[in-house]
Amino acid sequence: MQLSTSILLTIALAPLVGCLLAGFFSKFIGRAGSHTVTLLGVGISCVLSFHVLYQLTLGGAEAYNQNLYTWFQIGPLNASIGFLVDRLTAMMLVVVSFVSLLVHLYTIGYMAEDDGYTRFFSYISLFTFSMFMLVMSNNFVQLFFGWEAVGLVSYLLIGFWYKRPTAIFANLKAFLVNRVGDFGFLLGIAAVLYFMHTLDYATAFGSAPGLVGRTLQITAGTQWDAATVICICLFIGAMGKSAQVPLHVWLPDSMEGPTPISALIHAATMVTAGIFMVARMSPLFELSSTALSFVLVIGATTALFTGLIGIVQNDIKRVIAYSTLSQLGYMTVALGVSMYSGAVFHLMTHAFFKALLFLGAGSVIIAMHHEQDMRYMGGLRKYMPITWITMWIGSLALVAVPFTSGFYSKDAIIEAVGLSHRWGAHYAYFCVMAGALVTGLYTFRQMYLTFHGKERFTVLAHHGHDHHGHDDAHDDHGQHEPGVLAHAPKESPWVVTLPLVLLAIPSLLVGFFTVGPVLFGNWFGSAIHVDAADNVLGELGQEFHGSFAMALHGFTQLPFFLVLIAFVSCTYIYLFNPAMADKIKRAFMPLWIVLDRKYWVDNVYFAVFAQGSVKLGRLFWKVGDTAAIDDVMVNGSVKLVHRVAASVRRLQSGYLYHYAFAMILGLILLLGGYWLMGSGHMGSVLVGQ
Amino acid sequence: MFNHLLSLLIWLPVVGAIPVLLAGTARPNLARWLSMLVAVLTFVASLFLLQQYNAATGGLQLTESYMWIASWGVHYGLAVDGISVALIAMTTFVGILVIAGAWEVIQDKPHQYMAAMLMLEGLLIGVFCATDALLFYALFEAILIPMFILIGIWGGPRRVYATLKFFIYTFFGSVFMLIALLYLYQKVGTFDMATLAALPLTMKEQTWIFFAFLIAFAIKVPMVPVHTWLPDAHVEAPTGGSVVLAAVMLKVGTYGMLRFILPIVPDAGAHYAWLVIVLSLIAIVYIGYVALVQEDMKKLVAYSSVAHMGFVTLGIFVAFMLVRDSGNVAMAGLAMQGAMVQMISHGFISGAMFTCIGVLYDRMHTRSIKDYGGVINVMPWFGFFYVLFAMANCGLPGTSGFVGEFMVILASFSANPWIALFAAFTLIIGAAYTLWLVKRVLWGDITNSHVAEMKEINGRETFVLASFAFAVLALGIWPQPLVHLMNSSVSQLVQQLAIHKI
Repeated sequence: MQLSTSILLTIALAPLVGCLLAGFFSKFIGRAGSHTVTLLGVGISCVLSFHVLYQLTLGGAEAYNQNLYTWFQIGPLNASIGFLVDRLTAMMLVVVSFVSLLVHLYTIGYMAEDDGYTRFFSYISLFTFSMFMLVMSNNFVQLFFGWEAVGLVSYLLIGFWYKRPTAIFANLKAFLVNRVGDFGFLLGIAAVLYFMHTLDYATAFGSAPGLVGRTLQITAGTQWDAATVICICLFIGAMGKSAQVPLHVWLPDSMEGPTPISALIHAATMVTAGIFMVARMSPLFELSSTALSFVLVIGATTALFTGLIGIVQNDIKRVIAYSTLSQLGYMTVALGVSMYSGAVFHLMTHAFFKALLFLGAGSVIIAMHHEQDMRYMGGLRKYMPITWITMWIGSLALVAVPFTSGFYSKDAIIEAVGLSHRWGAHYAYFCVMAGALVTGLYTFRQMYLTFHGKERFTVLAHHGHDHHGHDDAHDDHGQHEPGVLAHAPKESPWVVTLPLVLLAIPSLLVGFFTVGPVLFGNWFGSAIHVDAADNVLGELGQEFHGSFAMALHGFTQLPFFLVLIAFVSCTYIYLFNPAMADKIKRAFMPLWIVLDRKYWVDNVYFAVFAQGSVKLGRLFWKVGDTAAIDDVMVNGSVKLVHRVAASVRRLQSGYLYHYAFAMILGLILLLGGYWLMGSGHMGSVLVGQ
Repeated sequence: MFNHLLSLLIWLPVVGAIPVLLAGTARPNLARWLSMLVAVLTFVASLFLLQQYNAATGGLQLTESYMWIASWGVHYGLAVDGISVALIAMTTFVGILVIAGAWEVIQDKPHQYMAAMLMLEGLLIGVFCATDALLFYALFEAILIPMFILIGIWGGPRRVYATLKFFIYTFFGSVFMLIALLYLYQKVGTFDMATLAALPLTMKEQTWIFFAFLIAFAIKVPMVPVHTWLPDAHVEAPTGGSVVLAAVMLKVGTYGMLRFILPIVPDAGAHYAWLVIVLSLIAIVYIGYVALVQEDMKKLVAYSSVAHMGFVTLGIFVAFMLVRDSGNVAMAGLAMQGAMVQMISHGFISGAMFTCIGVLYDRMHTRSIKDYGGVINVMPWFGFFYVLFAMANCGLPGTSGFVGEFMVILASFSANPWIALFAAFTLIIGAAYTLWLVKRVLWGDITNSHVAEMKEINGRETFVLASFAFAVLALGIWPQPLVHLMNSSVSQLVQQLAIHKI
């Protein structure tokens, strides 16, 4: 059975239609009309995505791979737009459309007071379309289209509040850092074309084994392995999009965007595009253990060191942002040990619980009248129970408590790294293990600071009436003193809490039911290729005796104890001995500074790349263009002509006696020359013989 | 069948300029509508051209040839291939938008302005279909005159300096071309370009002729280091002048390379391909940095034009390298196609960028970036177009700016990964200078009261920008029709690259 082209087209295009309607016709359809059309568009995509997943899993449908139209055809070289929909794509479709749908719903509540309401809906629908194009692509051109298109929407959404200087700094930074990644990515695509003469996935993967033994001459005498060059270049693209060290710097700043997009784009979907891409390219990556070691080390470094920064953040969104970086590192580590399906599995569970955490944080932010600093929160659990409980569920999944979804995906990664023999696996194992402790520390700290302990905010008495209702909750945005609220925080409306509940369910349960088939049952089939020698997941699968047993076993393992340590220490510090946090901070001041300054990476980048480029540009402009070329070459030659002409002109004074004098002078010189050179020769010249 | 379509395309705007001129100062609206009529008719004629040209067979078509100067054997010879057709269609399209763009903006002697524009359009079309080298040369020089007038009369405060620099610079270059053409003429006794293409030449001859042509066309493109006339000319030119200059006139330089260097001196071209490639890469990287620090919006976009035209010259000469060094005809075709697509695409994008700057200038009478800030607050629709064209300028996939650069970078990798590495640097630096401009002009809170008083784009401006946007998006989403139009001509060019003439 074949999947129908029209269904796939509808999945991709329905959000685009919604985007165009909300974007261009918001005047006619109004705010409600805008959210209705976009919600409808994404809703249709979501239903059809589940249908496609069902068809591919239980309905017996085969993977779909067809071109829709020719993008260009030059000689033998064809570039087409087309869809490849197998189980890997289907899983991405479901994750993207499901989270996107909930975020659309949530936005109705979150952005209710914003002037850019319809614009926001237009953007997030455009994002959904772009993301679909990316995951459904069957070739490198369309992949790159989706890749850059999601980058564009990310740029637009980070800078959504374009009046804020920090927002428009962050979006430029995000785009440029991503472009550094895309630079590598494009070269990777060029290398694919060079070695395999195609831009089509199926053809490229089919001829991938032919890459073995081929090399690329970099300099005279230096030969690089073809597969390594291709994979490292492609992975540089993934490092940009999935914010891996050292291209991670844009993601924390992207929190300048409204919270719904932090959940959708900068946690659940877009940032995982790099992970998806590498998983999609598994037939290529399997050819280069060098590239995979590179992937492994980068991922491990990201997993541990960005997580550490999360511990010292006070902004509720930034904690989750660093947590996202760290979790992306876990996924990358999984890729690095050839555990592609594990990476995608963690991608899925992470999408649910991280979107949940972000949306929960957004709910807190609404309640706190746009205060994001956790130092002014505390004790919120009694004001907003639904947010509190759902965020705890998300947190438990994040720290990988057995039986939650996060446990199944993360624990499998840690175990697989332990089994791997790839170069760098020992370092990675240490990082992911230590990362478990770090994850626990920042997560529990965040939960306690936000929901538990004493209230660290005050409510102005004269505003404390409920009948003011929702409307003026946002009025004081940006104008209040820190920690002073116009009226008491309260639970968010249903459009906000319903998505939280709907995300809490898969955060808790999806791992339990799917870990068996997805990780150990070869569910992805031919979509993911793993070399038999590197199949750590297969090795791990031999010890797998069902989800229940796996979870029980998890209670006896080191990661769980590390989380327990984090839990106990955070509980003690933040519930019973709040002064302790400060003492620890003072005791470890140098370390705290290093983390607070984010290892100075941003400062170095800004000084070297941003300011350095401007300085270099000025040098080129002033010295190269203005001085050397314009002043010397162009105007210099003009001046030279001018000077020569001016001196020649002086000879032609117009005075008769000047000319007479010149004639006499000339005659004397001639005669003198004649006399000097001897008789005959010069005379004959003069008379023309 | 009517077989003077090319003559019609050339002479319709040139002759049409006369009644526009006659409308005089007294009847500016008549002049405007007349010139619009002429521009639209020319555009319609170019649609007929698209329909008449058989892209499948390729080669020169719709040939016209009459003896012009019998004693020297100079012909009035016209014909088009797919590349010419594409360039002509782009020219007539931009022609309408330039007339519409100048509508109320030019208040001083609008009839003369419009007439000069139409004249320029006709001459440019002529350049793209001349098959006689002397006719080409005459038209190549003649286009300087209306542009000289446009900058000199409707230009900014330093217009005299700029227009002289522009005129003398290009004129200086074309003298070398003339000498080369005269040398060839005394060998074969004709200026017919097909005959010149078949003429065997020694390497020494080819080298001299190559550099003569290179100087002439490199100035026109312009390539580093003979590019400094362009920012000055752009800064002083009126908006319409800048649009035509960037969109069409620069292409005359690269078009000349295709018609003269490739067929007449292929061996010297191949031998010195490295030189042009290095200069192109310098244009992409070095000029990118220079663009980054510009304080004048127009200068910034002018420099960005130099960088983007670098992809055209890069594509053409990488094709040389691919054919001669590795016999990789498929990749050479990709490089050449990339260069051609980039020519058309840059026409739309640079035209649109300069139109945007014109829109801002009309409201604020300043081109200085620091005078702006937060324009999006008062002109959201303008902001939409500006961001779209900025993204096209950074080569975002889905816009035309991506297609050509993508093809050239992919093909360059096959010639030498280092070339691709430097060329791909445009991804970063191009985004940096374009989006930093957008950040400073568009985003942010309203910075001053002048910005606060800016009015949203009107219907006419929306029409112009939307037309550009349509072209930019259509080419980006589906480049195949354009590629198909030029494909057989491009493969013929690539085959010519392989022919040794020594």
